Amino acid sequence: MDYTILVGGAAGQGIETVVLLLEKTIKRSGYEVFTYKNYMSMVRGGHNFMQVRFSDEPVYTYSSKLDMIFALTEETIDYHGDRLKENGVIIADDEIFPDMDICHLPLAKASRDSGNQKTFPTVGFGAIVKIFGMDIGIAEQVVKENFSGKILEVNLNALKWGYSLVDERQKLPGKKDERIIINGNQALALGAIAAGVKFYCGYPMTPSTSVMSYISSKASEMGIVVDQIEDEVGALNMALGAAYAGVRAMTGSSGGGFALMCEAMSLAGILETPVVIVNAQRPGPATGLSTRTEQGDLRFVIHAGHGEFPKIVIALRNPEDAFYQTARAFNLAEKYQIPVVLMTEEYLTDYMITTEPFDFNKVTIERHITDPADLPEGRYKRYMYTDSGVSPRLIPGRSGDKTVLVDSHEHNEFGNIDESVETRVNMMKKRMRKLESIKEDLQEPCYFGAEHPEQLMVAFGATWGALKEAVEELNRSGEKAGALVYGDIWPFPTKLLNSFGKKAVNIITVEQNFTGQLESLIKEHTDLRISGNIRKYDGRAINGEEIVQSYYNLKAKKL
Amino acid sequence: MNCEYKLYDPTWCPGCGNYMIRTALKMALEELEIPPQRVAIFTGIGQAAKMPHYIDTNGFNGLHGRALPPGIGAKLSNKDLTVIVESGDGDTYGEGGNHFIHTIRRNIDIAHFVHDNQIYGLTKGQGSPTTAMGQVTTLQFEGVKIEPVKPLALSLTMGAGFVARGFSGDIPQLVSLMKEAIKYRGYAHLDIFQPCVVWNKVNTFQWYKDRVYKLGEDHDYTDFEAAFKKALEFEDRIPTGILYKVERETYEDRFSFIKNGPALVDSRLDPIDAEKLMADFV
Repeated sequence: MDYTILVGGAAGQGIETVVLLLEKTIKRSGYEVFTYKNYMSMVRGGHNFMQVRFSDEPVYTYSSKLDMIFALTEETIDYHGDRLKENGVIIADDEIFPDMDICHLPLAKASRDSGNQKTFPTVGFGAIVKIFGMDIGIAEQVVKENFSGKILEVNLNALKWGYSLVDERQKLPGKKDERIIINGNQALALGAIAAGVKFYCGYPMTPSTSVMSYISSKASEMGIVVDQIEDEVGALNMALGAAYAGVRAMTGSSGGGFALMCEAMSLAGILETPVVIVNAQRPGPATGLSTRTEQGDLRFVIHAGHGEFPKIVIALRNPEDAFYQTARAFNLAEKYQIPVVLMTEEYLTDYMITTEPFDFNKVTIERHITDPADLPEGRYKRYMYTDSGVSPRLIPGRSGDKTVLVDSHEHNEFGNIDESVETRVNMMKKRMRKLESIKEDLQEPCYFGAEHPEQLMVAFGATWGALKEAVEELNRSGEKAGALVYGDIWPFPTKLLNSFGKKAVNIITVEQNFTGQLESLIKEHTDLRISGNIRKYDGRAINGEEIVQSYYNLKAKKL
Repeated sequence: MNCEYKLYDPTWCPGCGNYMIRTALKMALEELEIPPQRVAIFTGIGQAAKMPHYIDTNGFNGLHGRALPPGIGAKLSNKDLTVIVESGDGDTYGEGGNHFIHTIRRNIDIAHFVHDNQIYGLTKGQGSPTTAMGQVTTLQFEGVKIEPVKPLALSLTMGAGFVARGFSGDIPQLVSLMKEAIKYRGYAHLDIFQPCVVWNKVNTFQWYKDRVYKLGEDHDYTDFEAAFKKALEFEDRIPTGILYKVERETYEDRFSFIKNGPALVDSRLDPIDAEKLMADFV
């Protein structure tokens, strides 16, 4: 089984409520869920839709084919009606669409009868629960968790009303529920909290904001300062001040806001102060498509900041990856005293997926802070020359009588301004020397697919899910396909890419940008020949079906 | 504990007001008996911003205009630190104007010493946000064409609880103002006149000396309107001293876990503490 329900309408009509209730109810029934969210940058009006896909097998991305449309507006049917499967059902209110050939339900009347017209979406939810034969008890419990007081009462009525309006068409037998359901930003935020982030500052910008709001919702409970600062310029500077003072600090934004952080990114480079920065990508240039997805910032992020200094860039592939990689990012930042950038994408920040509960025992906290007793007497050298390039780090006010000086100018070992040739050359070498050990710490891209792939797809970040399904489908159809999906992407790991790439018949890059930024990295860092590419830059996430189709299109043109 | 502050050789021009400001800073900190390792100075870029290189405390010499945000980050992370932010008029009121305004709103416990010489020194003589209208500079050949910032009036209207002005030519008063600013619980704005001997031929030592006068006993520093009037006085006579001082709740005290708990930097980190949050996702 593999079903998809689309809920569509205008912003402000309650699509999100229906979807939240649905995904939790299905997940609690023991099924795998994937919710794809597609919305416009407006608070009221427009056309938004979300697709809840569920199955008894793991699902990694959305499907284009629909089993049900719950239409809150007529245009929902206009836009998506042609994607409905043959036995598909459309649910809509009979007062809104009196002449159409669809499953008419007196939703508006029912919601009025339930005591509150705003419960319209919950009435629809009740009908969906019945049609798919879900357990009404679970649905009631989920409603109880999401509403309270008088509103709860009318919503429980609305659920029962909706449930009574239709007949069951099938039975969804309950299974053991052992998963969690989470999106990428929640997982990222959770990873940061697990890693002991004590300071998060930022300026709201879609699609990064929900990282800050999740952490903020736990701030007092977990003892974390969340500061909504005046601008992103200040944000990274503030995070660096917190990190200098000895706490784990983080900031985040999306393209435009991240652009404002570039000066302080460079500052982090010369201060050698550890910090974790999130860039949640959305399509640019400039304001671009605020609520949509792209992988257009790869080159920008790896080169962000003037001057030359080491940094690590990690592309997040799915919520589980987001959790563990975020926690790891703090360790890497402190080990090498560098900025670490986590790159995510609107698609990943928003989609909800059922996944294995996170194992907090797997998260380690490695601070790499020096005990002042281990240092020689006399003035502390914050930038002491070492073989690794990493100098002993002390925390101001927590290091006996030693004082800690960090500086944005080129400086000597004490941190004092020094423009001499000798100091400049030695300090550049010291900072850049870290790259040698960083390379040892990097994770190669993950691989899945045929043992000896002839068709090797190479991608990064959140296209992971689409590739997972595409590769499976291609191999079912007799191809020998595999995919390498990059997480750690800067410095650029090439070992696995070379070993698979040299044996593959075709290498095909799959990325969500116009210019092929990953492809250009591959060409820059290897001698591999790229046979073809699949690129999408319309602001919408690529899914498995599209990759399969694009692959056959390429094949037809003789790869 | 040793509360003596070591000094290092500066690269300021002979006669620069920064020398006197540094002397006052050293005296203020030593008289308050705060050991150097408990003090952290945050600066931006400019001649004033080189302060952490010339006095031995914890120091963060960051970016132009950006001295306040890291100072805030550090104070929230370690409430035990005495945080001083020190930078010039261009750094604070120009490049960093946005941070200045919003830092005041927070009322975080930081002492902010602005070295105000009404000119850009390090970049060689261009007009600064406090340069007078019409003043000819190395960039404004026909004279400055925009109105100067009125720093004290600005901080007062933004709700600063401590607003003061000093003059590098009066070290005893400056020491006392710095001590008051450091002791004040909340954001303390101290604008310090200093001559730039090389680039500002208008606002010279003598220019300031002829104009500044100390606010007397009769000035009620808890009276906002009186303070605001004094803040706008900038013609033949310019007042120095504490214009305004009232008690306000600090930003850090609005975080219960900071107010009632240990400094954040002393938090014990354990991933398992966060495991309970998984309940949100079942």
